[in-house]
Amino acid sequence: MAEPIHILVDGRELAVAPGQSLAAALLGAGVTAFRTSVCGEPRGPVCGMGVCHECRVTVDGAPQRRACLELVREGMEVATR
Amino acid sequence: MSLVRAEVAVVGAGPAGLSAACRAAEAGCTVAVLDEGFAEGGQIWRHLVAPPPAEARPWIERFRASGAKLLSGAAVFEASGKEGDWHLAAERGGKRLDVRAERLVLASGARELLLPFPGWTLPGVTGAGGLQALYKGGWKVSGRRVVLAGSGPLLLAVASGLAEAGAEIVCVAEQAPGSALAGFGLRLLARPGKLLEGIRYRATLGPRFRTGWWVASAEGKGEAGLTSVALTDGARTETLRCDALGISYGLVPNTELARWLGARVTGGAIAADAGQRTSVAGLLAAGEACGVAGADVALAEGQLAGLSAAGAAADPAAAAARDRGRALASAMARAFALRPEVRRPPPPGTVVCRCEDVRAEELDASWKVRQAKLYTRVGMGACQGRVCVAALAAMLGWDADTVRSPLKPVPLSVLLSEE
Repeated sequence: MAEPIHILVDGRELAVAPGQSLAAALLGAGVTAFRTSVCGEPRGPVCGMGVCHECRVTVDGAPQRRACLELVREGMEVATR
Repeated sequence: MSLVRAEVAVVGAGPAGLSAACRAAEAGCTVAVLDEGFAEGGQIWRHLVAPPPAEARPWIERFRASGAKLLSGAAVFEASGKEGDWHLAAERGGKRLDVRAERLVLASGARELLLPFPGWTLPGVTGAGGLQALYKGGWKVSGRRVVLAGSGPLLLAVASGLAEAGAEIVCVAEQAPGSALAGFGLRLLARPGKLLEGIRYRATLGPRFRTGWWVASAEGKGEAGLTSVALTDGARTETLRCDALGISYGLVPNTELARWLGARVTGGAIAADAGQRTSVAGLLAAGEACGVAGADVALAEGQLAGLSAAGAAADPAAAAARDRGRALASAMARAFALRPEVRRPPPPGTVVCRCEDVRAEELDASWKVRQAKLYTRVGMGACQGRVCVAALAAMLGWDADTVRSPLKPVPLSVLLSEE
């Protein structure tokens, strides 16, 4: 397996396999709640293909990025909820 | 900002888009393909951490040799123009990308139909294809207890792939009665590929594959998410412990771009003639967006669309493959028709619109979708109704509302930047 890369999720450093989607990496690290719904419910990925927007997170300061359409990158900073 | 010019622009890099691009480029056209995903293949040939499936490789290689240009990670949010001068605007990596082309091929594919039930918003409940997309994206599923429920051959195809990746398939629940599916397997045997693998896999599931069962509710709590699912056959209810639930009630053609450009849509799919021409001059369409019929039909229609876009003669073999595949797809749609219990609106308290958290009791079946949007904000969130309005169409027969630009949510900086 390739050397892991490091991403920062809500201030916590995670070592993840390179080449995967951010949604896959977060799920693999045990993150289930990606965003908070209008009524305050935790939500995570649903469609996996950019349609439902339930996996929205902030990536390197850019809000509302769909985690299923982002590739993990070394040093990527992610904020959930 | 950047501008790409081509004689033919193709939206979508699944089987239909790739085959259209190949044929148009091989006929001498300059071709640009825009796709929202990471690589060639669309949803059915999705690959990221693993190599593409065997049936995809010849087409991906042919595409790469064709000279057509792939613009991946590009979400088209605006389209305008006419034959000879089409203009697409897309968001790509947080920046604006413009494409100008003489002919335009829409190969925008389909999305999953998800129908709401109590608990479907819990983390851990995904589309069945969504689950597949996530594990193909690198999510480790080994050891996870998975239930798949809904309808259609996709359930078994996903189950088969998940099992291969080490997941424990607890149950595959097909809502269609066994009698509707009997005899259908024989017709499928004439077809190669993933569907057949799924049918073969069904035998290994034994009693874990059920027909005439569907999801009643999912249970779980807060961030920890899903813990179990209750299945029912209308008389009995059975609760199964699981950590992942993939649901799929079939596929919905993505017609937003076609409708925005004024192309005729019938029965929820883009209308196209024998040469895959839509009702708008210089605008062609192919694949699932023209009606869900699988990858073989998408490949055939894509080729026909690519040839039309290049002004070349149609390929009779592709036309024959399309007609054969379309006939099989009609038979399949009848076999997997959704039963009334599944199409019934969910009980009060159930979220219907996940973006705006609109609940079932807030909606009145006698409304039109426009009224419902104005009264409740249903369908007005980030997904722009792609999930809930499709579900309401299946449950209440509501028509989709008119399409508006931007066709995808984009940052204001991208929307306001100029070509």
